[in-house]
Amino acid sequence: MEELGCAPQAARSRRSRRGFFQAGILGLGAAIAAALGLPALAYLLTPPKSGQQDAWIEIGELNKFAAGAPLEVAFRRNRTDAWKVVSEKDTAWVVKRADGGVTAFGPQCTHLGCAYHWDDGRQQFLCPCHSSLFRIDGSVISGPAPRPLDRYETKVENGKLMLGRLETLSERRA
Amino acid sequence: MKRQVESLVAWLEDRTGLPGAIAHFLDEKIPASGGWHQVFGSVAMFLFLTQAFTGILLAFNYAPTPGEAYNSLRYILTEVTGGRLIRGLHHWGASMMIVVVVLHGVQVFVFGAYKKPRETTWMLGVVLLLLTLTYGLTGYLLPWDNRAYWGTVVATKIAASAPLAGPYMTRLLGAAKGVGVVTFARFYTVHVLLLPPATMLLILAHVYLVRRHGVTPQPGDEALPRKPFYPVQVFKDTAAIFLAFAVLFTLAVAAKVPLEQLADPTDTTYIPRPEWYFLFLFQTLKFFEGPLEIVGSTILPGLAVLALFAVPFIDRAQMVKVTRRTVAIAFVVLAAIGWSGLTAAAILSTPREAVAQVDYSAPTNWIQLSPEEMAGIAYFRQESCASCHSAGSSVGPDLTRTAVHKDAAWMIRHFKQPAAVRPGSAMPPVALGDAQLNSLAAFLLKLTPENSSALAEAPDFAVRGAVVYQAGHCAACHTVNGVGMKVGPPLNGLAKRQTQSWVNDHFANPQKLSPGSIMPPYQLSAEDKKNLTAYLFSLPE
Repeated sequence: MEELGCAPQAARSRRSRRGFFQAGILGLGAAIAAALGLPALAYLLTPPKSGQQDAWIEIGELNKFAAGAPLEVAFRRNRTDAWKVVSEKDTAWVVKRADGGVTAFGPQCTHLGCAYHWDDGRQQFLCPCHSSLFRIDGSVISGPAPRPLDRYETKVENGKLMLGRLETLSERRA
Repeated sequence: MKRQVESLVAWLEDRTGLPGAIAHFLDEKIPASGGWHQVFGSVAMFLFLTQAFTGILLAFNYAPTPGEAYNSLRYILTEVTGGRLIRGLHHWGASMMIVVVVLHGVQVFVFGAYKKPRETTWMLGVVLLLLTLTYGLTGYLLPWDNRAYWGTVVATKIAASAPLAGPYMTRLLGAAKGVGVVTFARFYTVHVLLLPPATMLLILAHVYLVRRHGVTPQPGDEALPRKPFYPVQVFKDTAAIFLAFAVLFTLAVAAKVPLEQLADPTDTTYIPRPEWYFLFLFQTLKFFEGPLEIVGSTILPGLAVLALFAVPFIDRAQMVKVTRRTVAIAFVVLAAIGWSGLTAAAILSTPREAVAQVDYSAPTNWIQLSPEEMAGIAYFRQESCASCHSAGSSVGPDLTRTAVHKDAAWMIRHFKQPAAVRPGSAMPPVALGDAQLNSLAAFLLKLTPENSSALAEAPDFAVRGAVVYQAGHCAACHTVNGVGMKVGPPLNGLAKRQTQSWVNDHFANPQKLSPGSIMPPYQLSAEDKKNLTAYLFSLPE
């Protein structure tokens, strides 16, 4: 490689040879890092395929609910938690509206998840933890709650109330 | 820009000394004879780091307890994005690691690089080889499928047969009452908590010793100038690493790693097989029977390990050129022939699976179909319907969409006389009985673009089993996937209640095994019985 009497040229060829090896090390290393890193990011950051859709839960006859009187109902539902299907107790505050429709609120305050209850005297939902107050339509009157109460998807089939997924306000808007 | 980088490096050098240390590490002088044959150690280290990386990723979605382990792995394989690739990398990485570690050892052995003063480097290397094998042994149990469970049963039994230490080994492995939750916890702990830090420390010590004594020169090197490690040798190492990684990645993408059914300790038909790199030991065991068994299971392997440790003390001759190390080369060749022979014998003597296995790492749409629809798949395949009706074929229509506008009665008339129902149809009549045509129509009605993968994926034993189920009119008393009558017990979940051999024996004489049963006896051929049982055991719970 080192030609006699051509010192600058030899030095240059030595430098380019060195450059080739350095580029090779960096290039191959980067290719391996990408081939491992990109699948790893996809593995960690993309949502998994949801195996089973959560089913509709039958709550009961619609006419057992009276307009203007929120009622807390308890039910069991199967929730898919990654590789497990858990049967868990859940509750909903069911409100029959004046127009005959039904709204079902999730049982947790939107502030920090405490269980709130219906205050008959004040006709408001009251959270005991930090005194958030909600109207009967779920909207915030006062307190630290950042958004209205979460709602279940609802539908009525053969006069029976069915509950679906619990949705937050932002999901409903979207 | 260049000035800023330089000043940053200078700052780092002053405060930490790191750039100098790296430069010192890379500028190490290696003998003139160094080159491609010395890349294996780097490749082994790279594979170790890759295993750590993919192992941690798997652990993010893995529940390390029996049962849960299986379900979470199945979740990784069927639902998590890239989960199958990551598991493939970890699975094949283990095999590659064994191959590369052994190649590294063979290179050192053939070149005589273990000689004074490098005896401790060699012995540490032997320990690292044993650790690599222990990873394989402990990791094998972690999927907790039948393969994992039964393979580990054999491994713990071998440990139990060790002279004197046997009972203690069994207790240490948590297998005193058979392979169970304690065994699993210990294997998992060894695999992820004990081995990785131990391996890292030993690799550090190993590399430290390599640096302390320098890369082994060959006779003749003393006359030549030494050359720097960086960049030429580092490039060679990187290129070898890249090649190994390319092979690993291809295996992980192309070669499916199956997941068998959940471990069933009552399964009497399962034939355990160790991982391929342990097959030679498995075969050796067959030569020693009765009281001699410990020769094959512990004494010979123990002596082999001792001999490996002792290599630098047995061969204390002067260093000679590798081409003149005929004894060492002959030894390696003989060992390779012996190993290959034993492994080949073990593979050839493997009986075919007695019971067909479902690959639970793939989507299993077919599991949801009723037996009648499954039987329809069998007839669909038997009559080669796909040769005209496959997706992309222009001869016949796409059958995944016909159910929308055709009913079963129309289909059956059409099967019998295609052209009478659909003038101009070139389809030949389907020569099947009414019951079979019903099955075929039932399946086609259920077929949608979404579940059409069932047609290709439903295993042969399952569709054949469903044909037997239909022929025996089992649905007149039993339900499968909610279809059928409820006179007898539902057959979903049978795998949880009975063993396969029980079910197999039950057909011929139900009253013998379940007194008071009103099920009539069925005289089925061995083949039919096998398919039907395997099908029933593959049903979801």
